Amino acid sequence: MVRIGAILSKLGLLAIGLSLLAGCTDNWNNPYPGSDARANVLYSAFSERPKHLDPARSYSSNEVEFTGQIYEPPLQYHFLKRPYTLIPLTAEAVPRPWYVDAAGKTLADDAPSSAIAESVYEIRIHPGIRYQPHPAFARDEAGRYFYHAMDAAAVGGKTRISDFRHTGTRELVAADYVYQIKRLANPRLSSPIFGLMSEHIVGLKALGDALEKASRAHPDAELNLNDFPLAGAEVVDRYTYRIHIKGKYPQFIYWLAMPFFAPVPWEADVFYAQPGMADRNLTLDWQPVGTGPYYLSENDPNRRMVLKKNPYYHGETYPVDGDAADRQAGLLADAGKPLPFVDEAVFSLEKETIPYWSKFLQGYYDSSGISSDSFDQAIQFSSGGAPQLTDSMRGKDIHLITTVAASIWYVGFNMLDPVVGGLGEDRRKLRQAISIAFDYDEFISIFLNGRGIPAQGPIPPGLFGYVDGVAGLNPYVYENRGGRIVRRSIEVAKQLLAEAGYPNGRNARTGAPLVLYFDTMASGPDAKSRLDWMKKQLDKLNVQLVVRGTDYNRFQDKMRKGNAQLFEWGWNADYPDPENFFFLLYGPNRKVASGGENAANYDNPEFNRLFERMKDMDNGPERQRVIDAMLDIVRRDAPWIFAYYPKSFGLTHGWVHNVKPNLMANNTLKYRRIDPGLRATRRKEWNRPVLWPIVLLFAVLAAAIAPAVIAWRRHERKVA
Amino acid sequence: MLAYILRRLLYAIPILIGVNLLTFALFFVVNTPDDMARLQLGAKHVTPEAIARWKVEHGYDKPLLLNAQATGSARFTDTIFFRHSASMFAFKFGKGDDGRDIANEIRTRMGPSLAIALPVFVIGLMANITFALLMVFFRSTYLDLWGVVLCVVLMSISGLFYIIAGQYFIAKLWNLLPISGYAGGIDGFKFILLPVLVSVAAGLGSGARWYRTIFLEEIGKDYVRTARAKGLSEARVLFRHVLKNGMIPILTGAVVVLPLLFMGSLITESFFGIPGLGSYTIDAIQAQDFAVVRAMVFLGSFLYIAGLILTDISYSWVDPRVRLQ
Amino acid sequence: MSLGAFKVLPVILWTDALIFALLAAVLALVWFIRRQPHLRAPWAAVARRPMAMGAALVLAVFVTIGLLDSLHYRERLSDSPPDRPQYSVEVLSAFDALVGKLRTQQEKTYSAPLAMQLYAKEFIERGGATVRAYPRLKYGGAQLKQADARVPDLVRRVILGLAQGLAASLLLFGLLAAWQTRHRGMAFGEWLSVWGTGRLGWPGRTVVLTLALMLMLGTATFHLAAAYHVFGTDKVGQDVLYIALKSIRTGLVIGTLTTLVTLPLAIVLGIAAGYFRGWVDDVIQYAYTVLNSIPGVLLIAASVLIVQVAIEAHPELFDTAAARADIRLLALCLIMGVTSWTGLARLLRGESLKLRTLDYVEAARAFGVSHARIISRHIFPNVFHLVLISIVLDFSGLVLAEAVLSYVGVGVDPSMYSWGNMINGARLELAREPVVWWQLGAAFAFMFTLVLAANLFADGVRDAFDPRTGGRR
Repeated sequence: MVRIGAILSKLGLLAIGLSLLAGCTDNWNNPYPGSDARANVLYSAFSERPKHLDPARSYSSNEVEFTGQIYEPPLQYHFLKRPYTLIPLTAEAVPRPWYVDAAGKTLADDAPSSAIAESVYEIRIHPGIRYQPHPAFARDEAGRYFYHAMDAAAVGGKTRISDFRHTGTRELVAADYVYQIKRLANPRLSSPIFGLMSEHIVGLKALGDALEKASRAHPDAELNLNDFPLAGAEVVDRYTYRIHIKGKYPQFIYWLAMPFFAPVPWEADVFYAQPGMADRNLTLDWQPVGTGPYYLSENDPNRRMVLKKNPYYHGETYPVDGDAADRQAGLLADAGKPLPFVDEAVFSLEKETIPYWSKFLQGYYDSSGISSDSFDQAIQFSSGGAPQLTDSMRGKDIHLITTVAASIWYVGFNMLDPVVGGLGEDRRKLRQAISIAFDYDEFISIFLNGRGIPAQGPIPPGLFGYVDGVAGLNPYVYENRGGRIVRRSIEVAKQLLAEAGYPNGRNARTGAPLVLYFDTMASGPDAKSRLDWMKKQLDKLNVQLVVRGTDYNRFQDKMRKGNAQLFEWGWNADYPDPENFFFLLYGPNRKVASGGENAANYDNPEFNRLFERMKDMDNGPERQRVIDAMLDIVRRDAPWIFAYYPKSFGLTHGWVHNVKPNLMANNTLKYRRIDPGLRATRRKEWNRPVLWPIVLLFAVLAAAIAPAVIAWRRHERKVA
Repeated sequence: MLAYILRRLLYAIPILIGVNLLTFALFFVVNTPDDMARLQLGAKHVTPEAIARWKVEHGYDKPLLLNAQATGSARFTDTIFFRHSASMFAFKFGKGDDGRDIANEIRTRMGPSLAIALPVFVIGLMANITFALLMVFFRSTYLDLWGVVLCVVLMSISGLFYIIAGQYFIAKLWNLLPISGYAGGIDGFKFILLPVLVSVAAGLGSGARWYRTIFLEEIGKDYVRTARAKGLSEARVLFRHVLKNGMIPILTGAVVVLPLLFMGSLITESFFGIPGLGSYTIDAIQAQDFAVVRAMVFLGSFLYIAGLILTDISYSWVDPRVRLQ
Repeated sequence: MSLGAFKVLPVILWTDALIFALLAAVLALVWFIRRQPHLRAPWAAVARRPMAMGAALVLAVFVTIGLLDSLHYRERLSDSPPDRPQYSVEVLSAFDALVGKLRTQQEKTYSAPLAMQLYAKEFIERGGATVRAYPRLKYGGAQLKQADARVPDLVRRVILGLAQGLAASLLLFGLLAAWQTRHRGMAFGEWLSVWGTGRLGWPGRTVVLTLALMLMLGTATFHLAAAYHVFGTDKVGQDVLYIALKSIRTGLVIGTLTTLVTLPLAIVLGIAAGYFRGWVDDVIQYAYTVLNSIPGVLLIAASVLIVQVAIEAHPELFDTAAARADIRLLALCLIMGVTSWTGLARLLRGESLKLRTLDYVEAARAFGVSHARIISRHIFPNVFHLVLISIVLDFSGLVLAEAVLSYVGVGVDPSMYSWGNMINGARLELAREPVVWWQLGAAFAFMFTLVLAANLFADGVRDAFDPRTGGRR
């Protein structure tokens, strides 16, 4: 017993000593051991590891969070201006296309779409831009590449890019941009936008076919893209290139602001193609090579990703033009200063919400990221007012930043369904009635804490074609009551339902209750409440809802076959143009049969005709008129219940500056500025360890054991 | 002995083939290769050509089990099952459906898994034995009674509550340890502490109660009575004889899990953000990444079989009457 | 089929049918055991243990709720024509009918236990002006005029409830005493002293005290629940007490039906492997090594997916959400049974290996008695205690496993009431500020009570049937 006691006390001393050792340098709960508390480092998190970092492949937002900082397409979105405005990034100016007819003759800018055979975009980039340091560029004195002809043995010991001793850089040239456009057609990369772009870029499809053939012929050989010509992309001179687009496609300009059209140096492809590289995850898909303000210095997607300042960055300054609101928010305090501000950004993997949220509150994450579900919990919502932070949050100097995202959530009706689909008057009324019953105003308040705006149509705010206020309300679901948008009463819905042939939720002919089926792949912690809410909505109409939960594959399958009835879906804008939302309702894009993105399989000839006209028009009153007409058609037909436009939403600590959510731009890290001194003080203050529970624990243990020990001692003595 | 181990290892081959077939069947009953391609390619702008290309790229363009078009042995070998499974027996796992090298991933994730699992195993064993010995030592006092009650109470709490409570109180409310995360080397110490503490606490109830019965059984045996009659003190009897002999069933019972420690714990690792093999498996199941799941199941069953062999060996080692044949 | 008088259409879900089949089997077994003295003896030993009896009483309450919740029906729609009755697609149970208002009284969103206001401030109209305040609940504490009347009202209800519970238990005690004195021919005072010192031969003190405690708790809860949400409300304003009570059935189904799948597999295969040895043994060992070496989560995830495919292939068979959730629950039980028979089978194999070498078994074989007869006469009765112990021990493990599986996302249907789903939802609630703890707390309390009772009961059973080893875990 004595010995146990001695061992225990030694162990206890050891534990205390160790924790003191940890405690004297740092807060005990600091998740970044060994880091300098006052370094100019931004701390953030990612919840899902990115799948692709190759600019030809990455598409999802969690990937673009990294590629956006590393790669530089020719254009970018202005950080502050709204509506979203394109400005040059590596280009000297935003290109204006010129049009040529089938004979190759240049046309006037206002030529009719039908006459235009090709649009030509000429882009001239700034000279003197250099790539990040990378071994692919490293050359010896004679100009020979160090690492372009390695054998497997030489690659052997290398597991990270930093294992290569020599690095180099090179000036960015126009040919790099053209090279990347060719990469989009490389069958071995299977770029997600190849299908779409081959319809627009001249010769891209032919290039894809040629590459496919070459790839089949020599399955083991690398494809050298420089050997294959692409008719639609030409290098004019060292700093200038041209892209040829079939017909007129005004939305193309927006694609030029996405990493898909960022430059990729051919050296990188040669470097990574060497034997043994891919086995060590040394591929362009994992180790990007770009010209942007940051480069990926550590890539451990199981734990953390670190972006470091690119020493060769060409330099850019903080924007000087913003409106009064930006000035008031302090967003212009750094106007004209050189970018980027932060030296390093550390992204840690954080899958569970409780740790994520707790670390943010403890000051170990600087901002909450944009659309993480857990963070809305700090918000109190009030049905009348704007979302507000709770008092305890405000006490911690945490700031709330909201903006309406360029996206929409909707509940789609499958227009091929015999009960809810079709364009007949009765079906239309049925859908309108259901649209009224689904009280998304309440949904927003319960589930989103006010982080959304009830949708009035397919176009979210901030895009051309959206009309603000009562003028833009959806008259079939809402009404104007003294300048306020108010949902129509449930009585109206009941009336519509009766006119649709279901008085009080019963089929007027058979008396059978109307039963609707809602397909969903919801499975998160919130799923049960949401589904209960859905049922509650239709209860109001005495209509019965059966929820059919399923998994991703089954859901996709149902959508493709058109077996669903009601389903929930969302769309994030690729670019800020109404075409990107209306095409979701364009007949020829139907999901069933043609495999498009029109999941509701809505097909109204009049709407289709207007869409074809609208998509090629330039923004202006004429286009607005067409859009209004289209809006009226879809609101009347109600193929969707326009649910809500989500508000994207961020929480930041007081030491983070220059945060303005920009849903289009993905390269905003360079604007971010932090105050590490303030952060260090706050962290210290917020994370004082509380020791009494440990003391209490030992006291309780002692109190429990002591009487027994005493009794035993007495017993021993008696025996002895 | 060597011959025995060799033979057991040969027995393992049909088991591993069976495991592989079962995993394969379970996966492809619900998912066609098309589904897998769609899942990997994402939701936007997916064309049939892209799906076909993905399947070729990842080797899912062949028939599942039987290639009717091929001749001879190629009927069986030129199939998805054969091509993906045969290489496993050489521990060549290939690439996951997400394009990352699986063997590489296993190598880097083994460390963190072991960093949690090994301390949990060792400290857990020590804590359980200490607790059990305490109860046995004070076996006729209130401590034993309440100790058993405490054990049952501890057993009746779901493991999730231990994790949630540990994170909430120790890390969030009292700021004593980081709530989640991982770092290699000496820095990792404070990340490991909380998950280890929580896992040990979660296993304490059932473990201590079981060991208590083992010790009690041992204490009733003749040699203990003899020792006591010789005038050895109670503490001496307990530590010298009971502990020593009680350890035999405890250790031989624990050997089977030793190899599996590599695989880590599914729940703990996801909760505490430990980049180990457990969270790798869970992620792969949730992302329906067949290549990774198959590799992890293969590895898991291999280690399980290794654990069974180890158990047999340890039995024959402690008890010479058991002979391996 | 419709019961005209009640205006309901009975619905028998798959799990309902199996539960009642199981209940019938248990009753038959009880009847059988009562007539066999050598089987009765150990059960009588269980009944003499105070802990086990107290736990059994608590379990009985849970089982009763679970059984009531397994009598499902669909309500006739109020205005459906009498000749062609139409029924709601919502499947309710006898338990729902009993608790009535608890199910239907939904608030808007979160409210704390026993609160009369919502948990978050809102802008509300008060005297023409809009103010930011906590709005009153629609049902919780709605009878109160002022906020400060709440605490006295709560106290009054608790005291009333406790008093009624106490009165009821005294009445029951009196009846018990009357019957016992009559039965044993004792004077009342004499019996009381025997009862008080615990010399009744059965744990009378524990039983009476547990009953009294449960009655008082029940009546107090009843009085509180009539006007408040005892455990608060969840995100959509559903009463958490109701959710926790509904989850009982899910927990019991998983704990019992899984065993139903396990038993035949484990008994047949385990005994066969041990008794026949040779290739039968090889094949069975092969099967369970393969099954054991695949992580259970994977098997369960895959089978849940398979069930979903099956449901999608035959939507007409599963016309209500309840039927869909039910088949998934059943599938979960099936697959958990398939993965968990191996432990018991191994145990039985080892035991049968020993038993087959006993003299009388060898003799029986020498006389040419059929294998089936030997197994049913000599082997099975001798391993039966192992089966029984494993049933009671596994029960609590299965209930706990459900929570983990639902948490991982491969458990019961997300629309189903279950403790796992409650804990899963608490992930987001704990990240709220201020924290919403009552859903987690309620799930913890109910789960803990059930599992603790099951564990204590299992201890009693094990000690009675297998005093030699005591623990096997």
